[in-house]
Amino acid sequence: MKSLAELEALRKSTLEKINLRKEDGDGARVVVGMATCGIAAGARPVLNAFMEEIAKRNLDNVTVTQTGCIGLCQYEPIVEIYTPGLEKVTYAKVKPEMVAQIVTEHIVNGKPCSQYTIGNVQK
Amino acid sequence: MRELSLHILDIVQNSITAGAKLVIINIVEDINLDELVIEIIDNGKGMDDETIKRVMDPFYTTRTTRKVGLGIPLFKNAALTTGGKFYITSRQGSGTIETAVFKHSSIDRQPIGDMSQTMLTLMTGNENIDFLYYHRYVSGEQNDQFIFDTRQIKQALGGADVNVPEIYMWIKEYIQEGISNLYGGVQ
Ligand SMILES: Nc1ncnc2c1ncn2[C@@H]1O[C@H](COP(=O)(O)OP(=O)(O)O)[C@@H](O)[C@H]1O
Ligand SMILES: [Mg+2]
Repeated sequence: MKSLAELEALRKSTLEKINLRKEDGDGARVVVGMATCGIAAGARPVLNAFMEEIAKRNLDNVTVTQTGCIGLCQYEPIVEIYTPGLEKVTYAKVKPEMVAQIVTEHIVNGKPCSQYTIGNVQK
Repeated sequence: MRELSLHILDIVQNSITAGAKLVIINIVEDINLDELVIEIIDNGKGMDDETIKRVMDPFYTTRTTRKVGLGIPLFKNAALTTGGKFYITSRQGSGTIETAVFKHSSIDRQPIGDMSQTMLTLMTGNENIDFLYYHRYVSGEQNDQFIFDTRQIKQALGGADVNVPEIYMWIKEYIQEGISNLYGGVQ
C-alpha cells in the first residue's frame, strides 16, 4: 500500500532532477487542447501518453501543458509542439499510438512527423 | 464521451473557468441502493437562474443569443439515460454543485473509467487550484473510501513539480491502487 510518506521520500531522491528542470528552461513544450471538443475526441489519453513517454525516456527538460478550444474542433485531439530552433508544429487527430513516434522523431531527433500535421490530415 | 471520468474532467474544467480555487469530486457507488452518485462542488463564481435554465435545456432560448455549450447537457444525458437524475444548485458569488445520479446496474451506464488520468490532467494543468477526490464504495457490509487530496500531495511534495516523471507515475499508481482496493484489490 502506497503512502504519502513514500511520496516525500521519492521527492527527496529526485531533488537533483527537480532542480535541473527548473534551471533548464530551453526544452521542448508540448501543448494539448483540453476543452470539451478535445476531451470528447480523446485528448486525455494523448496527454497521458506524452507524460508517460517523456517519463520513460527521461526527457527532463520537456514540458507538457494544456490549452482550451482553439476553434478547430473537427481536428481534435490537437497537439502543438514548440522546440527550440524549429517552427511550431501542429498535429491533428492525434492518437496515443502516435505519441512514441512523435516524441522520438520530433522532440528527440528534431524531425517533425509531417504525415500527422494539420495540413496533411483529412478532416 | 464514453467514460464518466471524461465527463468529470470536462465538468471540472467549467469550475476552473468559473474561477474556483477548490473543486470537490464526490463519487459514491452504493450497490445496495443500485446507485452511483457523482457530485462536483466548486467555489467559483456560480450561475444565475437564466444560465442554469439554459444549460439544463439546450433548446431553451433566451433573448441573448449566446453560444450553447455541450458539456453539461452531455453529462446530464449520461445520467438520465440510465433512469437517473441530474441537478444543479448554484449561487452567484458562492459556487456551484452539480449532482448526477445513475442507476448503477443499468446497461446504459457508462463505466467510471480512468480517474487517475482525470486527476493528473487536472492537477498538472492547474497548479494553483486544489482538488479533493472522494470515492466511496458500499456493497453489502462493505463500506470503504478512497480520498485523494491535492493539498496533501502538494504538502508531501514541498513545492516540487508534479510533472517530474517519477512523481507523475507514482501519483498515477497511488490513485489506481486506492481505487482498486475499493473493489477488493488485486485478486
Ligand atoms: N461550475 C460552473 N460555475 C459557473 N458557471 C458555469 C459552471 N459550469 C457551467 N457554467 C456556465 O454554463 C455554461 C455552459 O457550460 P457547458 O455546458 O459546459 O458548455 P461550455 O463550457 O462549452 O460553455 C458555461 O459557459 C458557463 O457559463
Ligand atoms: Mg464546459
